[in-house]
Amino acid sequence: MITRRNFIKIATGITAAGLSGCSNFSIATAKKRVIVIGGGAGGATAAKYIRQVDPSIDVTLIEKNRYYYTCFMSSSVLSGERKIDSIKFSYDGLIKRGIKVVHHLAVGIDPITKTVTTQNGDIFYYDRLIVSPGIDFKWDTIEGYDKTIAKTIPHAWDSGYQTITLRKQLEAMKDGGTVIITVPHKPFRCHPAPFGRASEMAQYLKQHKPKSKILILDANEKFAQQKLFIQGWKKLYGYGTDNSLIEWYPFSDGGGEVVQVDAKERAIYVGPFEDQHQADVINVIPAQKAGKIAFTADLVDETGWCPVNQKTFESKRHKDIHVIGDACIASPMARSAYAANSQAKVCAVAVVKALQGEEMGTPSYLNACYSIVGKDYGISVAAVYRLEGDKIKWIRGAGGLSPMDASAEVRKREMYYAHSWFKNITYDMFR
Amino acid sequence: MTIYKTTKYILLLVGSLMLNITWADDGSLFMLVGNCMGCHGPNGVSLGPATPNIAGMNPSTFVKAMEEFRDEERPSTVMRHIAKGYSDEDFQTMADYFVKQAFIPYQQTVDADKVKKGAKLHQKYCQKCHTNSVHTIVGSTNLAGQWMLYLQFTLVDIYTGVRDMPIRVLQIVENMVQLEGIESVDNLIHFYASQTEHK
Ligand SMILES: Cc1cc2nc3c(=O)[nH]c(=O)nc-3n(C[C@H](O)[C@H](O)[C@H](O)COP(=O)(O)OP(=O)(O)OC[C@H]3O[C@@H](n4cnc5c(N)ncnc54)[C@H](O)[C@@H]3O)c2cc1C
Repeated sequence: MITRRNFIKIATGITAAGLSGCSNFSIATAKKRVIVIGGGAGGATAAKYIRQVDPSIDVTLIEKNRYYYTCFMSSSVLSGERKIDSIKFSYDGLIKRGIKVVHHLAVGIDPITKTVTTQNGDIFYYDRLIVSPGIDFKWDTIEGYDKTIAKTIPHAWDSGYQTITLRKQLEAMKDGGTVIITVPHKPFRCHPAPFGRASEMAQYLKQHKPKSKILILDANEKFAQQKLFIQGWKKLYGYGTDNSLIEWYPFSDGGGEVVQVDAKERAIYVGPFEDQHQADVINVIPAQKAGKIAFTADLVDETGWCPVNQKTFESKRHKDIHVIGDACIASPMARSAYAANSQAKVCAVAVVKALQGEEMGTPSYLNACYSIVGKDYGISVAAVYRLEGDKIKWIRGAGGLSPMDASAEVRKREMYYAHSWFKNITYDMFR
Repeated sequence: MTIYKTTKYILLLVGSLMLNITWADDGSLFMLVGNCMGCHGPNGVSLGPATPNIAGMNPSTFVKAMEEFRDEERPSTVMRHIAKGYSDEDFQTMADYFVKQAFIPYQQTVDADKVKKGAKLHQKYCQKCHTNSVHTIVGSTNLAGQWMLYLQFTLVDIYTGVRDMPIRVLQIVENMVQLEGIESVDNLIHFYASQTEHK
């Protein structure tokens, strides 16, 4: 789809490239071009490392937003322990590293001409493309719920404005109010996160609105790190008693998928019998699939996620396009920021080596994830993976959770480690 | 001698340092050690106060630490899981990589009075093994310029016996606390944190 306007852009691009050698459209030069779509956990890391390792490669990052607000640690904004600015990152660090950052929405990928089109009509050529668009929601599975309604009944499964809205609603709520968090069926972004969120909301409520309640309506029967969370909730929030700040309802016992949202009544309908629930604050986390561009570009399979070669993260559907992060199928790896960061490094090597016409080495993958359960109380999960045959496999024994019944000192350290991790991983992504 | 420096200072240094990463090999090394950096910071220079700075770490200490984590002989949160995912050869490869990285201490705020007291304590109890408190000496971890929170975790673990140490080390720490009071631990921490000039 090369319009006249675009054609001129491309044409001038060639001339400019001939002169400066650093244009997006430098087809006339021998420079290899990598385009990354999505400047989040996966994409920012990939862009940074490709550029760093082979500065002869021209790297362009296409990211729709000026700032990235991390989902990770966003629950600490809900508890009030963090301010929103502490989870906000600009792309200046990547720009300083010589990456071209384009703030537009990517709307099309053409695997034949090897081009990406942005919403404003610009066209970008690539030799290799990395797509890390994160998630999109299955909006159509919930009647009455869409992007507009989400402004008042937030999902907050994207950070930033959504997180701020949810925090404001918690602040505005009266003591004795009810909060509902709905958890969609798996898989979704970061399986422990709804429960970490409930915990950190409870941390705030315990201090400021102790008569309130958080109801978690879950579409699943079990949840990640369940025993650890529940042990923490018992200790901190009276879980299991009549006065518990948190109540959890699995699918078979009062939980279920949200089928409808009634924004006017501030009510939701949940589960096979469409039970009505009303609450002062409603946080609907819809069911999920790969980010929209993955669908537009035919990178997904029938699961709604992107099948990839798990060594190179190259799409199984289109050549020279790699998909990393939440959008790709990398199970048994979790959908987490650490996993996306680890995949990005492997993918960066795969892309550079492919462009250099060399073999890539042995990949190594890692995930480590902390959750904050309350004041001075953290828990974690970690796992190491390697490639066996053509599959990512968990290395037996190399992984697990925090111990049950750990001392207060151990729980407190995990909280400190969580914040330390955040400092380091966000540097690794954005600085 | 209270040291105040902004975060910017270290970020700049680390920033320029990062540019030195290249893959002379097939990328295996980077994919291996790259995973450490999510928690331990760029090239092992941690920017978070709980996670130790492991850049420039003595390789045999590094390997020993990994073995102890793997065998659950040393307290940890995630390291006891993670260390089980790597071979002895991997440990050595990581160790050889991190020892080559420049240790950049974070400029922490220390209490001048405590630093002074800590210096004396160091001389009296620790210096025999931890010569000059410099991180590079054989058999020593990065003490000088290490994160205070991490030093605190470590000393508390040694003192409370949570971390198995040679009986000699335990005796020295116990002895110090008995003679100089529990605040001696804090004084030592301030002293080590103040030692940002590496010889
Ligand atoms: C509440 C919560 C807590 C979490 N806590 C943790 C945690 O403690 N630890 C952890 O490891 N993980 C955590 N996660 C998970 C983590 O946030 C995600 O797994 C991670 O962000 C995935 O990275 P990604 O690159 O796939 O997607 P993202 O980080 O979402 O990045 C995608 C980027 O692509 C951009 N984009 C998408 N489409 C386009 C397009 N067409 N054009 C241009 N730009 C586009 C988006 O604007 C976005 O910036 C948490 C998640 C949530 C919701």
